[in-house]
Amino acid sequence: MSEEPILSVKGISKSFGGLKALMDVSFDVQRGEVFGIIGPNGSGKTTIINCITGFISTLAGQVYFKGKEITGWKPHKIADAGIARTFQIMRPYYSLPAYKNLIIPLWSPRARKTGGWRGGGKHGDRDTVAVDILEEIGFERDSRVPYKLSSTLPTGYQKRLELARCMALRPEIIFCDEVFSGLSMSEIAGMLPLIEKMRDEGITLIMVEHRLRELFRVATRVMALNFGEKITEGEPSFVIEDKRVREAYLGTEEV
Amino acid sequence: MEQMRKERIDRGLKVRTEGLYAISSYREILYLMGPRLLLIVGVLALPFIFELAPYWKRVINIMFVYALLALSFDFLANYVGLVCLGGAFLTGVGGYFSAIYNVYLSFPTYLAIPCATITGAAFCTLCLIPCLPLRGVYFAIVTLMYPLLFTRIIEALDILGGTNGITGVDGFANQYVEHYIIILVVIGFLFAMRRFVNQDIGLVLRGVKDNDQSVRASGIDVTRMKILAVFVASLIGCFGGAYMAHLYMWAGISLFALDFSIIPIASVVIGGGGTLVGALIGSFILVPLSEILRAFGTFRIVIYCIILTGFIVFKSEGLMIFMQRKYHQFERWVKV
Amino acid sequence: MHIIIYGIINSITLSLISLGFTLVYSISRVPNFAHGALYILSGYLVWLFINKFAGFPYPFAIIAAIGLTAVVGALIYRFILIRIRGMEISEIIATYAIGLAILEGLRWGGLRGGTFTLPTFMAGSVNLFDVSVDYQRLIIVGVGILTFVSLYVFTRYTKIGLALRGIAQDERAAMMLGINSDMTAIVSLAIGSALSGFAAVLLLPLGNIVVETGYNVLIFAIAVCVIGGLGSWGGTIVASFVIGFAQILTEAFISTHYQMVVALLAIIVTLLVKPSGIFGKQKELEERV
Repeated sequence: MSEEPILSVKGISKSFGGLKALMDVSFDVQRGEVFGIIGPNGSGKTTIINCITGFISTLAGQVYFKGKEITGWKPHKIADAGIARTFQIMRPYYSLPAYKNLIIPLWSPRARKTGGWRGGGKHGDRDTVAVDILEEIGFERDSRVPYKLSSTLPTGYQKRLELARCMALRPEIIFCDEVFSGLSMSEIAGMLPLIEKMRDEGITLIMVEHRLRELFRVATRVMALNFGEKITEGEPSFVIEDKRVREAYLGTEEV
Repeated sequence: MEQMRKERIDRGLKVRTEGLYAISSYREILYLMGPRLLLIVGVLALPFIFELAPYWKRVINIMFVYALLALSFDFLANYVGLVCLGGAFLTGVGGYFSAIYNVYLSFPTYLAIPCATITGAAFCTLCLIPCLPLRGVYFAIVTLMYPLLFTRIIEALDILGGTNGITGVDGFANQYVEHYIIILVVIGFLFAMRRFVNQDIGLVLRGVKDNDQSVRASGIDVTRMKILAVFVASLIGCFGGAYMAHLYMWAGISLFALDFSIIPIASVVIGGGGTLVGALIGSFILVPLSEILRAFGTFRIVIYCIILTGFIVFKSEGLMIFMQRKYHQFERWVKV
Repeated sequence: MHIIIYGIINSITLSLISLGFTLVYSISRVPNFAHGALYILSGYLVWLFINKFAGFPYPFAIIAAIGLTAVVGALIYRFILIRIRGMEISEIIATYAIGLAILEGLRWGGLRGGTFTLPTFMAGSVNLFDVSVDYQRLIIVGVGILTFVSLYVFTRYTKIGLALRGIAQDERAAMMLGINSDMTAIVSLAIGSALSGFAAVLLLPLGNIVVETGYNVLIFAIAVCVIGGLGSWGGTIVASFVIGFAQILTEAFISTHYQMVVALLAIIVTLLVKPSGIFGKQKELEERV
């Protein structure tokens, strides 16, 4: 693991009207980590993703990606730099079949720069690369699933599609906004190896999650938020023992 | 009482191909090419069909201008998600630019039109850029205002000929040139746009319509994509305007008339949004209708609006999609 | 002095015009492009009642016309918009088409030229700080302010008003609390239409009833709303003062013709500088792409 963190967030704050959504949150993420962000409802988990990926402006604080400041960049520029994200509310491109959904990230400047859209070979086209990525992410190639209209896919596949959309960018960091929520146990069981595989490929994952049990199986480090403030950060086993975390969150849901 | 249900079954070829053509017989070729050929040949033959009715030959030209505008509206609304309430803005700008080139700079007609198309489109895009980073109704609002605004400016400042317009614009060599320039351009644009929206870049635009956030998260600058789309749509509209200026040998504020905004919208809704061909079919229905109703004056607009609202509310798919379905599928009633 | 007084009058006029549009947009999220048409319709109805039904007293004509306009607004929602709710493109096109149908229908029906005028409420004028102001304009200012206050009270202290605000803030949450969203949308369209009719009745005695006014009203209403922040009431009033004074100033120092230019420039500047408008709510995720 290199010395310099791949992503470094310093004192980020954000408020909506009078409500303080984030207060002076700082953390570092090392390359190759699976970093979890947990917290009860309304603790600012999604807000932090939106702030870092540029979808909403921040009040104060800086974000550094590989040592370069990216605070205040436009979302597409941040994505172009290599930070992909999923959305909590999945909205695939309804009018397109599943594999065509991936044409859009594959068309992006980043994919063209890295040549990712040709998928290794010289003469590949985006369609075949798209189907390859979908297969990697768990769409059976020989079934009709990749060719189905994306609005007709079941939730599990839609979540995978979101991940696939990120993968198509060949990012260095992926922010996963509650990829486990709304899935059945078996679907989650199918998801976990995917996460592990992405980690093994060297992608840094930052997961905002509600489902702690599943998260703790993959996460290397976890940060806990409550009411927009960072409570603690550390190994999952350490965080789970923290009294404030239990009070804020676990006391009601787990144990 | 027995309950009945309508069952739809795809025709054989449709089931097998799903958009990829694997044709094995002349019958199937005909099945696929028939409607397209019918359209192209029919459209090309129109000037000859109406040889006997000179009045209606004039209408053909206007009909195709409206078809162009409708095409541009359909592309923007159904593939990019921008509702342009000001088709008249595009025609007006295109027409005036062409007239300026032709009269003031004395470009020949066949140079003035392409120049006007491109510079006009650039000008329109520039005017519309401020509202492109935004979602929602802003685009509709701003496009609604521009034609009115330009009319006022031209009237107030008395520039570009003021209320009289720019006269003395060169016309076309003869009637057949008039007809075939616009017909070929319409066919060209129609098939070009069909290709365009199915290219990867077209898919990106459709992605912008479905979920712009996700497109941004994929590292694509949505505003730039929208600018591109507006430019393409403006090209189509401005060509229509430039052509009209030369057709009437005059460019005046009536190029900013309301008709150019509302008829294309109505055509698209009637013809079927998102099909592109529907835009043509809609204007082939509406423009002749509007000629027949010429005696009614502004009441025509009322009729369009009623038809338009009716279609939006009761038959929002439009004629084209309806016809496609009838063509590709069997329908029968079955017991539940 | 002249500029200040007429600036205020002009601003109040603008805010009266645009209140209806804002109200409908803020509550039901329908951009009511038929706004200008309803304005003219209501003015025309008053004229009709007075001149075609002999002996119809002026106040009754006004009330009847406003009531009818409200009904028209409600019917538009009940029979047309309700079926295309949520489809933004269709909503825009449908309201625009309805507006055009009304306006052009009236034009066809003979509404042109200077023959259609409404009597002022009170003839004569008064000198305020050496500026001659006619009573009608004073009434506009007074009634306008009264309208703002009563609207404020209505939305804060009555049950319907609170329901409307609930829907405006969060439609789904309000529905869960048993507020019928379609019903409130109908009410909002009715009130919005009534407001535009009300504005028409107040303002039209100053000029002729012509179709072009309908388009102007729509454009100015939209301009004010965009600049103030779509759906924000405070913003609407502030923005109408901004545009109102800007217009009077251009009229005084440049030329009357530039009024529309000022409105559009203001829109474009707003969109470039602060797209959510002066008082727009924090909606970065929704509005900015």
